[in-house]
Order: sequence, then structure tokens, then C-alpha cells
Amino acid sequence: MSAEAAVRVEDKLYLNRYLVDAGRAHIKVRPHTTPSPQLLSLVNVCPAHCYEMNSTGQVEITTDGCVECGTCRIIAEPSGDIEWNYPRGGYGVLFKFG
Amino acid sequence: MIEERFDAIVVGAGMAGNAAALTLARKGLKVLQLERGEYSGSKNVQGAILYSDMLEKLVPDFREDAPLERHLVEQRFWMMDDNSHTGLHYRSDEFNEERPNRYTIIRAQFDKWFSKKVQEAGAVVLCETTVLELLQDAYGKVIGVRTDRKNGQVGADVVVLAEGVSGLLGTRAGLRKTPDKSNVALAVKEMHFLPQETLEARFNLRGDEGAVIEAVGTISQGMTGMGFIYTNKESISLGIGCLVADFEKTGQTPYGLLEKFKQHPSVAALIAGSEVKEYAAHLIPEGGFKAIPQLYGDGWVVVGDAAQLNNAIHREGSNLAMTSGRIAAEAIFQIKSRRDPMTKENLALYKKMLDESFVMKDLKKYRDMPDLLHIQAQNFFLTYPQLVSKAMTNFLRVDGTPKREKEKTTFRSFLAARSLTGLVGDAFRLARAWR
Repeated sequence: MSAEAAVRVEDKLYLNRYLVDAGRAHIKVRPHTTPSPQLLSLVNVCPAHCYEMNSTGQVEITTDGCVECGTCRIIAEPSGDIEWNYPRGGYGVLFKFG
Repeated sequence: MIEERFDAIVVGAGMAGNAAALTLARKGLKVLQLERGEYSGSKNVQGAILYSDMLEKLVPDFREDAPLERHLVEQRFWMMDDNSHTGLHYRSDEFNEERPNRYTIIRAQFDKWFSKKVQEAGAVVLCETTVLELLQDAYGKVIGVRTDRKNGQVGADVVVLAEGVSGLLGTRAGLRKTPDKSNVALAVKEMHFLPQETLEARFNLRGDEGAVIEAVGTISQGMTGMGFIYTNKESISLGIGCLVADFEKTGQTPYGLLEKFKQHPSVAALIAGSEVKEYAAHLIPEGGFKAIPQLYGDGWVVVGDAAQLNNAIHREGSNLAMTSGRIAAEAIFQIKSRRDPMTKENLALYKKMLDESFVMKDLKKYRDMPDLLHIQAQNFFLTYPQLVSKAMTNFLRVDGTPKREKEKTTFRSFLAARSLTGLVGDAFRLARAWR
């Protein structure tokens, strides 16, 4: 399910326009050995599938496809798992329709 | 970046921010509006339905040049199970009036138009500028903002926070808490393009007529949620949203739900052959009256989604946003006219005026609905839709079973699923929360 879903969401994100602020991720995951339940849930909950578990069991983020909804902030900022900011002015997703 | 001081800074250029900036500028105040997108609208996401009455109060002749998609003549409510839907449809030719009441809009385009009105009124609109933090004096009074521009500090007598549902600046400054995950929904949406004639034929529309479908049921997999299908001129906005806390608990993916909704036999035929051109996601405030935070303080007010002003039952958000933005601006103008300072005590006028408007009255009326629907999600979003579907198929399928037997079967299925006390209790709780 999740592998299949991941492929589909990439196809969806491909439709969007982005201006990526290279080297300046606006969301950062706090270094950890084992992810908290909140952080782990983001792998499925993030609508752009920005969060993924790596081969050694940590949750990593790639913000390039982020649609800036703020869901991960609501779930994982209170627990201190992530540091959340908006992209710099003009960067990030550029909605044509919204 | 800007040496001068402003009477007011508006953070954000959505419905609430544009309404506030427009009203303030028209009253002659010196206004700076800051928006992080490349233009007003480029970061804004909504279904979207526009309510004329609230916009008329700001731009009375908006129909002349606003980018409107379709005026709505038909509303469909669907209760869905995996293979069926039971519908309540209302369509009236009376909605084909000279000044229609509701329109579908495409936010990125509409907001660009709205922002032009703000600029024409004399506000300084600065896009591609992210506000990083609120500037506060030693006593905690908000005195301006710091942006990501070079030398990016700018001062003002009052800051209008129209920063959207997540409300980063206000929460970071300790003015209010970050919305709780059980009080916000995550919605995902796609834009499906179809030839205009095809779209009109499928939805039974003529000219600029439009239709709306809103659906609950097994599509949300037992979570508190809703699917929607809105007709634009030559596209369909289609999406689904559920509570963030429910997504976290169930591990369902938002795009997985969206795909299933699209594949439902009642939906698939409506969008067959469409070209999808965008995928968006957005949070929606769902906590209602009880989740409204402190709305004003020394040197600041909060409006729109950032103030969690959304009527989830009637699915109205943008009109509450526009109205709260306009009322906040009117309150600020009154205080300014009296040459009074923008203190907490004086800005309480905004809350007082908002309390007297439909915004707070409506939210107060439904103050118990979120608790009911969020806690009883299984019953209202899974069990009842399935029971109703079974009852309908039992009623319609002719198979030689005597009608009295069929009625008994239906009644027994309701009893088995919810028990008599459960059924009566649900009806009672719903009636009480609705009154």
C-alpha cells in the first residue's frame, strides 16, 4: 500500500510548480535514534510524502515537494520532533489554482 | 527595508487579510500588507465557494470584474458506502437570480483580483516577504514585525494577524496556542479539467450554472471527514478532508483516501477523462466556538483562519474570514479616529463588534457539534451511512420478500448496530447540539 501510494503522490506533486530554495530546508527533523510515535506518523500523514524512514530506522525529511499545509507542525512541533518555518519569501510551492 | 512607520501592518493576503487591508486603506490609514507568496493567492487553498453577501459589503460591484466560475443552483448531500450513495439534492431555478448568492471560485485567481482592489485603495502590498517574528516592547506590546528582507524590521501602531490556520507568528509570540490536532482537518484537493460542454452535461448545468456535492460516509474510513466536488467553469475541484488527529491515529494516507474517493462508482463517472492540473493540501479549523483563542491584545488583533473562525457545519470559512477582517479594520479605524492608542483595552472593541455579528452568533449556536462529531466519528461517518445504504437497497430491491419482513430487517439492522438507547441517544445529542 505505502510503496504504491508513494508512487502516486509523486505523480501528483509533479503537476505542481515549485521554486525550491536549494540548501535551505524550511522544516528540519531533530536528530534522533528512534522516532517518536508523532514523528513516525508523519510518514503516512504528510500529504506530500515528504517524510520517509531511512534504512537505519530514522525519519528523514525532503522538503522539495512540501505543499506548506502545516500538518506536521500541528502533530510534531509540540513534541519537539521538528523545527518548522515557512520558506523564504517567494520560495516554495506556487499554486496556479489553489 | 522600509524606513517609514505604518498605522497598520496586515500579515497575510488571504480573504481575512485582504478584507482588513482594503477596509483600512479606504478609511485613509497608512497600511502595509505583507505576503510570502509571489502574489496574493499563490499560497492560498480553498474548495472554493464564495458567499456574495460578505463580499458585497467590501466590493459592492464585484460581479463586474471578479473572476467568478459558476453561480450555484444545485446542492447535493451524499451519504456514501463503498458502492452506493443516498442523496439529498436541492436545485432551484430561483438561484438563477440577477445577483446570485453563491459562486465557485479559484482562489489563486480570485485573490489576485482582490489584492488589486487593496492596492487601488492605497495600501502598500509587499509580496515575496515572509514575516519571521512579531516585534514586542519590554511590556509585550506588539510594535511591528521582522521580515526576511534586508534590514527587515518595520513598525506600526497595530498588527493585524491574518496569517492563516497554523498561525505561526501569534503562537510563537505566545499570543495563543498552536491549534490542537483534534481541532483541525487536513484536506487534499485536485483540479480536474474537462471540456466545458462535457462538464455541463455530466452535472446537468446550463450556462454559468454550477453544482456542489458534499459527501460523508465510508469514504473517510471511520474518521471525521467529508468529501467535496465543486464545479468550476471548465474544471472540477475535488477533494477530501479528515481530522488531523484521526489521520495520525489510523495511519491512513490523505492521497490514498483521495484516490479511493475518485474511484468510487458514484464519483468516477463524473471525472472520467479529466486532466488533473494541480494537487494541493490545506488545514481547516474545525474546533468551532470553543477553539476560538484570544482575539486581541496590546498592538494586535487576529482574524480569519488564524482565529479559528470557521463554521464546519455550514462549511463556511472565507466569509467569516472576510467579515472578521473587515470588522477588525473598522474597530481599528474607530480607535484611530478618537486618537486613542492601540491597547488591549481599546482593541476589545473588535471582539465586541464581532460578538454582535453573525460570525460569533453562528459559531456559538453550533458550539457542541465538534465534540459530538469528533468523538462519535464511527457512528456518524461509518455505521449510519452503511445502515442507510442497506435500508435503501432493502426498500428498492424487489425479490418476493413481503414488505413487512423487509421493514423488520431494516429496523433490526439499526438496532443491532446501535441499540435502541444508542439510536435515541444519537438523535437526542444531535438535536441538542444543533438547536
